Amino acid sequence: MNWFLKLMSSSLGKKYVMALTGLFLCTFLVVHMIGNLQLFKSDNGMAFNLYAVLMTTNPLIKTVSYLLYAFIVLHAIQGIRLVFQNKSSRPVQYAVYDGKSNSSWASRNMGLLGTLLLVFLVVHMSDFWWEYKFGHVPYATYATNIETGEVKFIPAPADYKQFNKIEENVISTADGQYRIVTVKNLYLEVKEGFKAIWLVALYIIAMAAVSFHLFHGFKSAFQTFGLNHSKYNGIINFIGVWGFAIAIPLAFAAMPIYFFINQ
Amino acid sequence: MSEKLLNLTLKVWRQRNSKDKGGFETYAMKGVSTDMSFLEMFDVLNEQLINEGKDPVAFDHDCREGICGMCSMFINGRPHGPKQAVTTCQLHMRSFNDGDTITVEPWRAKPFPVIKDLVVDRSSFDRIISAGGFISVNTGNAQDANAIPISKEDADESFAAAACIGCGACVAACKNASAMLFVSAKVSQLALLPQGQPEREQRVLNMVAQMDSEGFGSCTNTGACSAECPKEISLSNIARMNRDYFGASIAGK
Repeated sequence: MNWFLKLMSSSLGKKYVMALTGLFLCTFLVVHMIGNLQLFKSDNGMAFNLYAVLMTTNPLIKTVSYLLYAFIVLHAIQGIRLVFQNKSSRPVQYAVYDGKSNSSWASRNMGLLGTLLLVFLVVHMSDFWWEYKFGHVPYATYATNIETGEVKFIPAPADYKQFNKIEENVISTADGQYRIVTVKNLYLEVKEGFKAIWLVALYIIAMAAVSFHLFHGFKSAFQTFGLNHSKYNGIINFIGVWGFAIAIPLAFAAMPIYFFINQ
Repeated sequence: MSEKLLNLTLKVWRQRNSKDKGGFETYAMKGVSTDMSFLEMFDVLNEQLINEGKDPVAFDHDCREGICGMCSMFINGRPHGPKQAVTTCQLHMRSFNDGDTITVEPWRAKPFPVIKDLVVDRSSFDRIISAGGFISVNTGNAQDANAIPISKEDADESFAAAACIGCGACVAACKNASAMLFVSAKVSQLALLPQGQPEREQRVLNMVAQMDSEGFGSCTNTGACSAECPKEISLSNIARMNRDYFGASIAGK
């Protein structure tokens, strides 16, 4: 174990941890973004709410989510420690420091961007994750006509509660057979939440921070792992810039804007 | 290019010794030739100061042809000034304009304590080299020069890494005062050659351990080091060291 402690306490070891956890968080972001695209469906939130049930009940996804929480904490703690350690390597600051001539703004401000994202994560998770798990989210029932596929949306009474995350059954009526599904209406929480302009503004600022953080962070992680070669540097840069710094933050930012405009 | 004369204002860091707090002094320089190197301008300034009975500015210099790595001035926020791939002795006053104010500071890093004015102690670099930046050679007759085949690509890459003059500009430029570019160049120049293989794993482990114990920061991959390096040492050396260190840590003897 001695070799492992030595590796983890070295300056390079700490960076391996940042790169590994960072890249894992990047893969999560892709899944999170694709899943959340269901918010744009005009189905009173049926697809999104069923997806929320899947994400919080599937044992495999739950296991990965605990790993994700651990990695977020590790990435944040290690990042903050590195910022302070690195600051202590230059006890006397320069009077004039022209960083923009030799490096990108994002690369010099990863700590600041990361701190912004940590603050955002606390707000974001207390708004939706905490509310969904421990708060009071109203229920909604979706009745699907098995023959026609037509869906009826029935909001549950405000004090309605059920033990299981999802209640399903099939009933026969004069119009035919219906599949009845009752789930927590997280979609409503999202829709109501983004009526507040300050929250929309916070999300847009946070997505700008994601963009700058990953503009540098994604390709930097590969360099830390020693993966720097003209064979694949192009594709790493392309994914980092167009995927993680542009497409993903834009898609996420579009969600609060969509609900704010369509309220 | 014809010679012109410049009037400049110099803000120079003055510090009597490592314990002194230090501060900036402002000097007016009149009629500075654009053909002078930056160090020659300092020679003129020092003659002025000596004539006035003042203490001349201490600054490091040796070869004045860009290969010794001694001249270590942080000029207007950048190591070795505004030009790329040059040392301070190769920086000429034609890179400045008449009326400019130029701020000159020493390298700033915990492992590079200021000795006096613009001179810093870079012996932390020497200790990193002593920790493993060499190959052990048995005594005896020199081998035939071409006895060990080395591919042209490896020889070129090794040579490019070996161009590092240990000036410390990478540390000075880095926002974390990290020595990764220096150490990785010294690791790479040997890791790329057959002669460097027997001690390859131990070398990277020892040199990184020494780098950390000297108090250099860690790498954020900003690329400032390589951009400011007078010998344009590539960031791919840092990637190689990251690979080697990981490999040596988990699979080393």
